[in-house]
Amino acid sequence: MSLLDSPRTDTLPKLLQRNAEENPRAAGIREKTRGVWQTLSWSQYRDHVRDFASGLAALGFKRGDKLSVVGDNRPQLYVAQLAAQSLGGVSVPVYQDSIAAELVYVLNHAETSIIVAEDQEQVDKALLLKAKLPNLRWIVFDDPRGLWAYDDPALRSFESVLEEGRKFAQGKPDFVAAELAKGTADDIAMIAYTSGTTGNPKGAMLSHRNMIAAAEAFIEVNDVKPGDNWLSYLPMAWVGDAAFSLGMALVGKLVANCPESPETVQRDLRELGPHAMLAPPRIWESLLTQMQVKSGDASPLKRGVYEYFRGLAERCELKRTDGNPLSLVERLGLATGEFFVYGPVRDQLGLRHARWCYTGGAPLGPDTYRFFRSFGINLKQVYGATEASALISCQANAEANPNTVGRPIPRIEVKIDDRGEVMLKGPNVFKGYFKQEDATRDTITGDGWLKTGDAGFFDKQGHLVIIDRAKDVGKLSDGTAFAPQFIENKLKFSPFIREAVAFGHEQPMVVAMIAIDMQTVGTWAEKRGLAYTSFMDLSRKPEVAQLIAGEIAKANATLPDVQQVKRFLLLNKELEADDAEMTRTRKVRRRFVAEKYAKVIEAFYNGGKQVEVTMEITFEDGRKSTLTSQIAVHDLPAAAPAMKAA
Amino acid sequence: MAATSARRMAAQEGENQLVVKGVSKKFGGVTAVQDVSLEAPRGGILSIIGPNGAGKTSLLNMISGFYKPDTGNVLLDGIEIAWKKPSEIARLGIARTFQNIALFSGLTVLDNLMLGRHVLMKSGVLSSVIYWGMAQKEDIAHREAVEEIIEFLKLQDLRKLPTSALAYGLRKRVELGRALALDPKVLLLDEPMGGMNQDEKEDMARYILDVNQERGITVVLIEHDMGVVMDISDKVVVLDRGRRIASGTPEEVQRDPHVIEAYLGAGKKGGKS
Repeated sequence: MSLLDSPRTDTLPKLLQRNAEENPRAAGIREKTRGVWQTLSWSQYRDHVRDFASGLAALGFKRGDKLSVVGDNRPQLYVAQLAAQSLGGVSVPVYQDSIAAELVYVLNHAETSIIVAEDQEQVDKALLLKAKLPNLRWIVFDDPRGLWAYDDPALRSFESVLEEGRKFAQGKPDFVAAELAKGTADDIAMIAYTSGTTGNPKGAMLSHRNMIAAAEAFIEVNDVKPGDNWLSYLPMAWVGDAAFSLGMALVGKLVANCPESPETVQRDLRELGPHAMLAPPRIWESLLTQMQVKSGDASPLKRGVYEYFRGLAERCELKRTDGNPLSLVERLGLATGEFFVYGPVRDQLGLRHARWCYTGGAPLGPDTYRFFRSFGINLKQVYGATEASALISCQANAEANPNTVGRPIPRIEVKIDDRGEVMLKGPNVFKGYFKQEDATRDTITGDGWLKTGDAGFFDKQGHLVIIDRAKDVGKLSDGTAFAPQFIENKLKFSPFIREAVAFGHEQPMVVAMIAIDMQTVGTWAEKRGLAYTSFMDLSRKPEVAQLIAGEIAKANATLPDVQQVKRFLLLNKELEADDAEMTRTRKVRRRFVAEKYAKVIEAFYNGGKQVEVTMEITFEDGRKSTLTSQIAVHDLPAAAPAMKAA
Repeated sequence: MAATSARRMAAQEGENQLVVKGVSKKFGGVTAVQDVSLEAPRGGILSIIGPNGAGKTSLLNMISGFYKPDTGNVLLDGIEIAWKKPSEIARLGIARTFQNIALFSGLTVLDNLMLGRHVLMKSGVLSSVIYWGMAQKEDIAHREAVEEIIEFLKLQDLRKLPTSALAYGLRKRVELGRALALDPKVLLLDEPMGGMNQDEKEDMARYILDVNQERGITVVLIEHDMGVVMDISDKVVVLDRGRRIASGTPEEVQRDPHVIEAYLGAGKKGGKS
């Protein structure tokens, strides 16, 4: 029986109430402050939410009003969202690193009346924008540090709202409970603004039903136990965090753990040793890069041991996925490696207790995927979309495979339409875009199918395979299909390549723009006594171009000839969300990049050796400036057989 | 900023927490400081400026007890401290940072800050052994105070790193933390922004203001960056060749002909204002 069938458990704040009644003293949410993990039990968590809800009511917050949280993951910000939902309000989390212009658009479009900000930095942003936000009435801040000189009448401290709430509750003791009871499964719980690879962000309305149904289905097919620890470090505005830190945590009684600060995530992860972990490919890639850098810096003996066992693990993993049995020698080797290398590495990564790990949000290179699996980390793929409450399909333990995204979660129906687009129907499909009926009609068909915009197919075992964004899959001029992401992921496996953008649609060959990884290329250059001053300087060095050419040749060796990258250039700056080249979840906005670098792409195909690029750079505070420079275009020979060994 | 001027007024009206009366100090035949007086208003920020060799650091050393003045008095809350030992002065509530960073480079940030609390610890070796529980409780209280400082100065991710591994600007911040760990009433800062880039300077200025406002600590600051000094000080004292040549609000000091002469007359010294 689903939780949604009972009016006592059909909204997120009602589930919090349930957890507080059933397990009042068990840990509900945790945060690391002052160097110590501090726990709120389910009943304390509930009390905070109740008091804050009373406080919101005292501030005039009503059913249907919108509350935005902005900041790094903090229990107070989760409390604020659940408090708003307790009163029938809607939570609209926004990205904490958004620049002012983006924030104005989202906050105005969502009609946010209360902002709950983490600290001075976010309060400053909110105050700066206040004049442009007619709906905004209150700015509530959590951390009072640095705010002593602020006297804006709209400012309130989190504590003072709790205090007002307790006073309000003395006069109307049953108010919040009554409001909570009025909530239904089909109330909107949150509006998740999709970072959108094109155009302005759109606000996907997710109901309590959507979020609870997705969480229930996910828990059904995964190893989730009450009390499991979960690290809440992903941006709160990303639907994935809401699905896990709120949806799954409340449905499955998981403990959400908020790290001390963004800089300490990795150490906190290791300290906590969560039972499960979700990370976008970027993080897995950067973990792998770090490991490669560390092994490169280690003594020859340690490096030798690491490389030997790494090679062994990857060979065995390949054998296992092909269904071949391992020999006794291999098994003994793995057991030795477990003791000397795999176990310690998992411990260093903080994944010693993790029973499952997921990668999602974008495709992960199969080599990266295999690397983690071979080290005994149960890494699997999950596939989702904001419009489907973050979850569409995931892999079972026995069915991990880098090329698929597993089977659809229970109770949802997935089909591939005649154009190859993945479509689905189910209780997790959203209610539509807030105030954008046209966009909603474009996304949900008349008979209720959600169009994901992804091209995919089902393989023989019934696993969903995602090829690329449907609109990105193109054809080379000779008619060969060309999926840019597939090629980019091959390139990004190199520790020296941070970001790659491949082009080739309706063109005679595949070309790529590469952003180097400053850290690894920097270390590489230092070791060779190559002096450099900045990212731009480093990416201009002919030696670096040669290094990258070698890396691309390695990737080319694994690609069919027509799909091989024939020309490339090194960007003189990293791709940035602030410059709108990437989304806030760090997916490349391909169309935008193609327009911005139109001259570069032209140079690729007319055989030019140099191209002058003028770029607009946006600083963190929103100021803009332009940068003009010469970028060299490099040619690559076809992959020589000798390189195949690499 | 309305709030700042209100604070300034309060600082002017309030009594002076630290008073230096006519101190002089000679090293052999060289007069480093001659008959200098100054008053640091309670809860305010007093800056001491002047060209190199003006005697600023010597003056600070006399306040913190490293030098004994030849003549004159130093009063903290009306109590004479000029003849006390540096450790006693520290216990009375004057903490300082140094022009050249003075941290234990082999120890972690956390240990350096814990050491900063050493003078406040009551349990000795023997009592730590016998009253184990009590000593442990005290340790926890000190650790809590240190954690507060770590949070205040945003040092969370550096807690367990040896200070030798830190960049210069961060070490300066840790040094400020070590001084704060003493729970001081008065904080003496000797060129806290020396050698920093603009971003680091802005951060440090922010921290000094926050220390002053949120913790109510009286700050005595030696600094060369005139922009920062004029921005954050309630009161400025100008020294030149061991003498006090001017004193007053930043605006008054900037207009003072002696100051203009000392800085511009010399032709090259001074900061960017």
